[in-house]
Amino acid sequence: MKFLDEYRDGELAQQFAREIHRITTKPWNIMEICGGQTHAIVKFGIDELLPKKITLIHGPGCPVCVTPLEMIDKALEIAARPNVIFASFGDMLRVPGSTTDLLSVKASGGDVRIVYSPLDAVKLAEQNPAKEIVFFGVGFETTAPATALAIYQAAQKKLRNFSMLISHVLVPPAMEALLSSPNCRVQGFLAAGHVCAVMGYEEYFSIAKKYRVPIVVTGFEPLDILQGVLMTVQQLESGRAEVENQYSRAVRREGNQPAQDLIQEVFRVVPRKWRGVGEIPQSGLGLGDKYAEFDAEKKFGVAHHHVEESADCQSGLVLQGQIKPHECPAFGAKCTPEHPLGATMVSSEGACAAYYRYRRMPDLIGAK
Amino acid sequence: MSAQKPIEFSGACPIPISQYPQVLMAHGGGGRLMHQLIGKMFLAAFHNPLLDTQHDAAVAELTGKKIAFTTDSYVVRPMFFPGGDIGSMAVHGTVNDLAMAGARPLYLSSAFIIEEGLPMETLWKIVCSMRDAAKKCGVQIITGDTKVVDKGKGDGVFINTAGIGVIEHEQKIAPQNVRAGDAILVSGDVGRHGMAIMAVREGLEFESKIESDSAPVHEAVLKLLKAGIEIHCLRDLTRGGLTSALNEIAEAANRTLLVDEKLIPVREDVQAACEILGLDPFQVACEGRFAAFIAANDSERALKILRANPGGIGACVIGKVSEERSADVFLKSAIGARRILDMASGEQLPRIC
Repeated sequence: MKFLDEYRDGELAQQFAREIHRITTKPWNIMEICGGQTHAIVKFGIDELLPKKITLIHGPGCPVCVTPLEMIDKALEIAARPNVIFASFGDMLRVPGSTTDLLSVKASGGDVRIVYSPLDAVKLAEQNPAKEIVFFGVGFETTAPATALAIYQAAQKKLRNFSMLISHVLVPPAMEALLSSPNCRVQGFLAAGHVCAVMGYEEYFSIAKKYRVPIVVTGFEPLDILQGVLMTVQQLESGRAEVENQYSRAVRREGNQPAQDLIQEVFRVVPRKWRGVGEIPQSGLGLGDKYAEFDAEKKFGVAHHHVEESADCQSGLVLQGQIKPHECPAFGAKCTPEHPLGATMVSSEGACAAYYRYRRMPDLIGAK
Repeated sequence: MSAQKPIEFSGACPIPISQYPQVLMAHGGGGRLMHQLIGKMFLAAFHNPLLDTQHDAAVAELTGKKIAFTTDSYVVRPMFFPGGDIGSMAVHGTVNDLAMAGARPLYLSSAFIIEEGLPMETLWKIVCSMRDAAKKCGVQIITGDTKVVDKGKGDGVFINTAGIGVIEHEQKIAPQNVRAGDAILVSGDVGRHGMAIMAVREGLEFESKIESDSAPVHEAVLKLLKAGIEIHCLRDLTRGGLTSALNEIAEAANRTLLVDEKLIPVREDVQAACEILGLDPFQVACEGRFAAFIAANDSERALKILRANPGGIGACVIGKVSEERSADVFLKSAIGARRILDMASGEQLPRIC
C-alpha cells in the first residue's frame, strides 16, 4: 500500500541496520518515548536487527498506561450511574481499575460506548438531551486538540449535558522527570512523531542542551524507527546532543499552530499523576476556568477520590524504562491480557501487551 | 495464565466468579476469552468424542453413511451491509462450516428470534435473501422455528441455522491430521467482511465501498476433493480472523505453524481502514474465506483449483507446518524478523492514536 509499504521495505531496513552496525562502537541506551513506536519495534522485530550494544528502552508514551488508577475508578463510578452515557476510546475499556473495568460496567448495564473521536461524543450529547454524556479525555498532545475542539464546540452549542473526565498528559515534562531521576539510563531519545506534528519540537532544544542528550523526532514505521536510531547513534558516537527531525514528512519545527491555539484556548497546564510513576509537576492539561462547567469531576462530585496502586504491578518501572516487561515476576503468570494487573498489559500501546502478544516465548524474549 | 487443571464434573461454575462474574461482549469475540468460555464451560459439560474434535462441523456415522452436522447463530449489525445481509450470511456461514468438514451441504434449519416492531418488509427482504442464497448453494431449508420477543429484548432479528451435509469421500479432514511440511493456503484476501461491517457502523467512507466477502465456499472444497487433493484440515476464517483459525489448529494439532506476513493477501482498502482504526487485518473476520492445510506435493494443484473458482483468484500459500511441536503460530514480519501471531484476547478495540 502506498505510503506504507515503502516504509516497511525489508532490504532498506537491512541497509539501515548495516549502517548502524558499522558506526556503533560503544554501548548506548536509547529510549523510544511512544508506545506506538514500542509496538512497531516488537511487532516488526526491529530491535533484532540492531547491534547488541544498542538497547532500546521503552518509554512512558502510552496514554492509556499512564492514566492514574484513581482516574479509572472515577470513570467507572460515573459510567455506572443511571442516565449517563459514558463515551471513550476503545483502548480504555479493558484497563483495570481498583475492582473492575469499563467492559464489566457495560455488562452490568452501564451505557458505555466506544467512539472514534471526541466530536462523536458531542453528537451523542445533541442526540440525547435527556442524558448526561461524559467523554473520557485521555492522551498526549496528539489527541489534545481533538478533545479541545469537542469542548469548544460543546460551549458554542451551549450543551449543558456534556462533560469530560480529563487526564491529558504532556511529553516534555515526563522526559525531564526521567532525565532528573538518579536511576536514569537513557542516553538518547526518539521523540514521538505524532506529538511533534502537533506541538513542533522547539520545546526539546532546552532539554537536549540541559541534559546533554540527543533527541530525534521519529515516525512510527520500521524504516522511520531505524533511521531515528541511526541519527541518534550518529550523534552519540560523535558526542553531539542536538534536536533533529527524522519525521520531516509530518513534522515542522513550529508544529500545527491552529491546533496549539485550540489547546491554549481550552486547557491550562496542571500537575498530573502518572500511573505507576507518581505526580509530575506541570505535566498535564486540565480545563481552563472559562470551560470549568464541562469538568465531569466537579459535575459528578468525584474530584477528591484518591486510591493507592497495587504493589504487584510493576508497570511504573516498565514505564520508566527501568525493567523490561518480562522482567516483572507477574508477567504472563499473574498478569495476562485476559486478567491484567496494570494498563500496560491491555493497552494497544502498552509495552507489556507488546511483549505478551509478539514475544511470549522465552527464546524470542532472549533474542534481545 | 495460571495452569488450569482438567475440568472434573462438579456443581461449581468452572469459570470462577473471581475472574468474570458476568458474560462480557469479549466472551463472544472469537479470541482467547471465548475459547476459555467454550473450553471450560461447554466442552466440559457436554464432552463426548464427536464434540471433542472441535471441528467446524461434527462428523458422525448414521447407518453406514457419514454425515456432518453443525449450527451457527447470526446477530450481525447492521442487518444489511455492502456485499450481503444477515439472511445470506446465515446460509453461507452454515454451508461453509459443513464444507470445512469436507461435506456436501444438503439441508438447513432456520430459527428466527424476531424483535417486536421489526418492519415486515425488512423481514421479507431477509427471508428472500436466505431463499436465494440457499438456492445458489444447492441446499434446502427443511425445518424452522419462529419466536418474537418484546421490543428492546432483541435487536431486529437473530437467526440460527443448523445444517446437515453428507461426506462422500474417504479423506480424514480434521486438525489432528495436520502433518509437518503441509502447505498452509488461504482461499483469498483476508479481513474484508469485518471491515465492511465496521465501515458502515462507524460511518467511515472510502473512495470505493469495502464489500463483504460473504460467499459459499463448499464448491471450491468439493472440487479439491474431487481432484484427489490430499487435504489434512480446513478452517473458515470467521470471528477472530486468520489468527484465531491458525491458533486453533496449532493448538488442536499440537503443531507449530510458520507464516509469512508478506504472503498473506490483504486488500489495500482493508489495510487502509485497519491502519486508521488501529486494527490488525489478520484478526478481522471473513465470511467467505478459509485456510487449507494441504500435503506439500498437492499445494500447487490445489492453488490452481482454488484460483479457477469464482472469487478465488486471490488464493495463495502463506506458510507451512513446521517439524516443531509447540502449538504456536509464528509470523515472519515484513522486515524479516520472527514473532508470535497471537489470538486476540477479546474483541479488537480501536486504539486512541
